[in-house]
Amino acid sequence: MLTKRIIPCLDVKDGRVVKGIQFVQLQDAGDPVQMARFYDEQGADELVFLDISASVEGRKTMLEVVQAVAAELAIPFTVGGGINSLEDMKGILRTGADKVSLNTAAVKSPNLITEGANFFGSQCIVVAIDAKYDSELGSWRVYTHGGRIPTDLDVIKWARKAVELGAGEILLTSMDSDGEKSGFNIELTRAVSKAVSIPVIASGGAGCAEHFLDVFTKGKADAALAASIFHYKETSVAEVKTFLKEKEVLVR
Amino acid sequence: MIGIIDYGMGNLFSVSKALERLDVPYFISEKAEELMMANGLILPGVGSFKDAMERLNETGLSSMIKEFVGLGKPLLGICLGMQLLFEGSKENGETIGLGLLTGYVEKFPGVTADGGRYKVPHMGWNQLVWTQSSLILQQVEEDYAYFVHSYYVDRMDKDILLGKCSYNVEVPAVVGNGNLFGMQFHPEKSSKLGMKLLRNFTELARERVTT
Repeated sequence: MLTKRIIPCLDVKDGRVVKGIQFVQLQDAGDPVQMARFYDEQGADELVFLDISASVEGRKTMLEVVQAVAAELAIPFTVGGGINSLEDMKGILRTGADKVSLNTAAVKSPNLITEGANFFGSQCIVVAIDAKYDSELGSWRVYTHGGRIPTDLDVIKWARKAVELGAGEILLTSMDSDGEKSGFNIELTRAVSKAVSIPVIASGGAGCAEHFLDVFTKGKADAALAASIFHYKETSVAEVKTFLKEKEVLVR
Repeated sequence: MIGIIDYGMGNLFSVSKALERLDVPYFISEKAEELMMANGLILPGVGSFKDAMERLNETGLSSMIKEFVGLGKPLLGICLGMQLLFEGSKENGETIGLGLLTGYVEKFPGVTADGGRYKVPHMGWNQLVWTQSSLILQQVEEDYAYFVHSYYVDRMDKDILLGKCSYNVEVPAVVGNGNLFGMQFHPEKSSKLGMKLLRNFTELARERVTT
């Protein structure tokens, strides 16, 4: 049967990994290729690269990063951040990424999901949703622009809509849990995972190996993404997987 | 020299990069006459069965593939490229495939016999189990491989099944008949296992030349 996936996320700015710390095995923690290889060797199932460059130059550099990573890595990887058009998707996917992740652009022009899915197949199109609980709404609200701007969209409805439009996967980040290290948002993850027929990647809140167990068993997530706990070596992909195996969760 | 068939469907980049990592010479071409010169061919592919067959038929690459395989030269179909080797698919209406192997391509039902739902596409790492020995599997341990697909080969000739995995139904993962092979997963994205399988395929193509 299918295993649960562990996905480290790397923030890249102007071609350099930010937030990465100096691993003993690495000469240069800022080098996306070295970081990618490190996580691959640890047993990461996929990688996500989030381009947080603000400039046009930085975005061009991202294509070089994608190409260098693709040449090195024998596991799938997704690129997100600043993808606003079919042309942007073509650039990233033709340079060697396996999937693109759309967030704000998908909310602004939902048709972009369909265009991408028609051109490359749904399996290439990840829709990223930043979700925050809204007591007025009694549900979770979709935020865009890196979580700065609230929208009128309800997370569950938007997730269903994204599937209809051709999304192949949902990358779901809980803004309430993000950075807290107190665990993934189980309620949100389970609600979205049950609402859609495609895989859901849970993100935000990972603080230890138990949190991964919870999000897979109680949260019904298909994959879990984390950044800082891996970068700052609070735990490793290998340790999380060993723990999950002990708890009889199927991992690679 | 390995030829990668370029018919506008799929990520040729990953496959070619994997061959570069293995130090295997290759070329990418859309021209039948060039591809016929290769020692072995790779037929990659993602997207719809119907679009893929239309392109292969329009470009004359279908006949080239049949001729190449008819000569006993090694060919490896990956993902959709494997499915195309079979008789047909019901993806977007009935489409006739290359018909080089016996079996039909069907969509995962998404519902189990007792009514439980499961997710489609089948996306992620799944455990392979070998069902027969083969040159392509030589010295490759059963391990996990990376799959991304919504359709699978059903009603196939069991004699050509080399490896399988389970996703609510039995999923043919590696198939082979003579020098014709197919892999439903992406060897180029399946870490060490995938690289060994690609290595074995390219060795087969190389040995045919030297002997």
